[in-house]
Amino acid sequence: MKTIIIICLAVFNTFHLFAQDTIPDSLFNIKLDEVVVKSKALINYNKQSKPLSTLDEYLERAPNISLVKRGNYAWEPMLNNMTTERINVTIDGMHVFGACTDKMDPITSYVDVSNLSEINVTSGQKGSVYGPTIGGAIELTQTKHDFCHPGWSGNIDMGFESNANLYTIGTALKYVHQKFFINTDFMFRDAGNYKAGKRTTVPFSQYTKYNISTTVGWKINDKNTLQSSVIFDRAKDVGYPALPMDVSKAQAIIASVQHTIENVHPNIQNIETKIYYNNVQHIMDDTKRPAVPIHMDMPGLTNTYGMYSKMNIEKGKHEINLNINTYHNQSKAEMTMYPKDTSEQIMFMYTWPDIRTTYVGAYLQDKMYLHTNHSISYAASIGYQRTKIASEMGLNSLKIFYPTLAPNKNRAVMGTSFAYAFQKKNAELNLSFGYGQRTPSVSEAYGFYLFNSFDKYDYIGNPFLKNEQSIESEIKLSYSISKIKTQTSLSYFHIYNYIIGKHNPTLLPMTIGASGVREYTALKHVNLVHLDWSLEYKPIQSIKTKAYFKYSFGQDYQKQNLPLISPFSYRFSLAYYYKGLELELSVDGAAKQNKYSKTYGEDLTKAYALLHFSAGYFFTIKEHHRIYIKAGIENIVDTYYSTFSDWNNIPRKGRNFFVNISFAFDKASKTK
Amino acid sequence: MAIAIFSIIAIACQKEITTPNEIDGLKKVQAISNDTNTIEIYTKKGSFQLGYNNVYLRVKNNTTSQYATDATFDWTPLMHMMHMTHSCPKSIIKKVDGKETLYQGYIVFQMPENASEHWTLQIKYQTNGKQFTVEDTIAVPNSTRKVVTSFTGTDANKYILALIEPETPQVAINDFKVGLFSRQDMMNFPVVKNYSIDIDPRMPSMGNHGSPNNENLIYQTTDSLYQGKASFTMSGYWKINLILKNASNDTISGNAVTSSVESSNLFLEVEF
Repeated sequence: MKTIIIICLAVFNTFHLFAQDTIPDSLFNIKLDEVVVKSKALINYNKQSKPLSTLDEYLERAPNISLVKRGNYAWEPMLNNMTTERINVTIDGMHVFGACTDKMDPITSYVDVSNLSEINVTSGQKGSVYGPTIGGAIELTQTKHDFCHPGWSGNIDMGFESNANLYTIGTALKYVHQKFFINTDFMFRDAGNYKAGKRTTVPFSQYTKYNISTTVGWKINDKNTLQSSVIFDRAKDVGYPALPMDVSKAQAIIASVQHTIENVHPNIQNIETKIYYNNVQHIMDDTKRPAVPIHMDMPGLTNTYGMYSKMNIEKGKHEINLNINTYHNQSKAEMTMYPKDTSEQIMFMYTWPDIRTTYVGAYLQDKMYLHTNHSISYAASIGYQRTKIASEMGLNSLKIFYPTLAPNKNRAVMGTSFAYAFQKKNAELNLSFGYGQRTPSVSEAYGFYLFNSFDKYDYIGNPFLKNEQSIESEIKLSYSISKIKTQTSLSYFHIYNYIIGKHNPTLLPMTIGASGVREYTALKHVNLVHLDWSLEYKPIQSIKTKAYFKYSFGQDYQKQNLPLISPFSYRFSLAYYYKGLELELSVDGAAKQNKYSKTYGEDLTKAYALLHFSAGYFFTIKEHHRIYIKAGIENIVDTYYSTFSDWNNIPRKGRNFFVNISFAFDKASKTK
Repeated sequence: MAIAIFSIIAIACQKEITTPNEIDGLKKVQAISNDTNTIEIYTKKGSFQLGYNNVYLRVKNNTTSQYATDATFDWTPLMHMMHMTHSCPKSIIKKVDGKETLYQGYIVFQMPENASEHWTLQIKYQTNGKQFTVEDTIAVPNSTRKVVTSFTGTDANKYILALIEPETPQVAINDFKVGLFSRQDMMNFPVVKNYSIDIDPRMPSMGNHGSPNNENLIYQTTDSLYQGKASFTMSGYWKINLILKNASNDTISGNAVTSSVESSNLFLEVEF
């Protein structure tokens, strides 16, 4: 069934087919700067040790991704050791912006694995397709549907994990007709407080989340397809043990209509146009915390409208991708504090003073096949951004710091990259160079007393920051001989005007207990290096061993360590396959984090190593009905540990038994 | 009959045309009459308040209902306490620029009335070359926040400090204006010139945090008041800690706020 789907997918997007050719048996594989996951949905019993993993757990296995964890929910992805501001995270080309000033809701928290079929991770300027970036892009791709095999199909997924009493329930139902399809899926997750190693309960780490999505497609004629999708995601009662506040509601509505036209012209393969809207609401909650110095409400919201149109052109040796995109975003967040003396007026301020951002940009990539084994590609992107402070009160409050501040600000951004690829049957070399820029984020430019509980400083935005600029280069090598496959990549980023907070001793903090105020400012330049290496060995068909290592380095121009830089880390796995049975033993670990940034609240993170085990089995009850079972133990020895990216060193999960069961039926006809 | 109606309308119209412009944005506090005139007293809020009051006056002829354009005034607010009486800081009264019949001055009530103690206001005025007097009790209720403060300085002088601006505080950098007076005797409270006042707004309910880019208050020769800037980073209750210094920079009253000293003994309060 899977192969058929992949072939059908090819109709939608040849680029993916091209990538598909060389996808090995792993979740995240670097191929032409891409990390591709592919299956019907992300839920994949064949390749995942824990198929009903959260999206965050999936992302964690990508080589150049790490996650900043503030609890057990809504981890913030970092790509090449760069967080949200420096990377582009899009859902099928749609820009969605988190509504929390404290980054408690990265947009990856508003979708679930049931919505997605793949995650494309691109490093550096190759990720600037949908907007400016420094570190790269994480593109979450919604499950593609097609009109290939009419009929009903569906599945029911159930998961239980002993640690945190996590229940996962998912269902999906799809009906396909020759000219029409409808797909709905639902996912529910409910977790209590988890236990770190040595049976230590981590209070305020619970969460409840549900996600519903519907996609409807209509094949107008042989060339034109219309597709509309809505994702509704809501999390409630989410604990953030590393932060002083929890979340009572985090909700997103993500809606889009997409038109695809194919074979318009012998050279134009397809034109895809999408219009979209999304609304994100985020409400923090401190009412369950035992001792808060002052009760606060901190609601935030974002509204984003956008569209893009992209085109694939193939002419002679050229393969050209053109993308034009635009969006308009509103980001607004406020803070109301309730004094203990109730006769006093409540205290109110805007932490994001209703910022309206309008962006228009274009991206062009031309890939040229020079010779059977050689190709070069050139890409360029330009963009124009206008921001406006819509709240007069917000403007006046920022004027306290910047008396000459005007409500409007225009910025232009550009990026360019050049890549060379050499490909032979068993060897591949990729070289790339790029230059890129990014604009400051809403918090960096307009944030007003945003408390960072990691370094314990209040942060003030700086509307006069220059665009951050980076020069990057990357080299990737992969080689395989019959039973061995190896791959290595080295990336280097030299970033000018690196935006970071700097302590201003003349300012007094607002937050009770804060150490001071940091104003966003720019470091002259910083260097970031990421190196990873993977090795796969298959002595016999049924046994596969893998090893993976990564190392990162990040320092500023004064040789000071940057925060959130991963220490040396590794993963080993040994898998055995026999008919429907699959067993996997793996070890995850990291070396001591020697290079940490004391200035930004970090301390030495100890080395750790974890042992995991999983077993899976699938069987067919009758024709078209299948049951998949997967069970395992994570962190078998119940190690108490935290990683470099755990906010305030909150400990990670201890021993965890899990079981995932899926029942799938497929009454769709196999032939068209 | 028709003529009578017409003239009533005409009079009504005339009245409406001549009066409103003069007192735009003002509300009547009270009117005090004698046989000849009625003195109308206005403020922005329509009442007196503790501390600084910007007061507007008009003199109406009881017979003609016309307002005087040639009036001159001298006024005396008086506090009738149990065992004594005293006055308070006040300005002279001048005609308002661009107005025909409106006169303006300020009074700083340094204490509120209570059940057994009250304020009276006596106004001596001259119009058409004749001298008149009116006098009545006025209401000066207490305020929930400290908008005026009386204190003895390190130089043993008695001072009164009153908040004038901001009238409507904003989350922004606000113009901050106070009046500083010394008590010469029970009836005379002259303006104190050429001192300076350091300002440090704080929020005691929120960890006593401060705000940036405030400007200390400096004496202004134009209006004989002290002006500077106070920034409020959020709405709510702000304690404005002050340090008063004389012309030779000696501290007359107040102290710096530190991590162990929560407030100055010289302060005003703003809440919005």
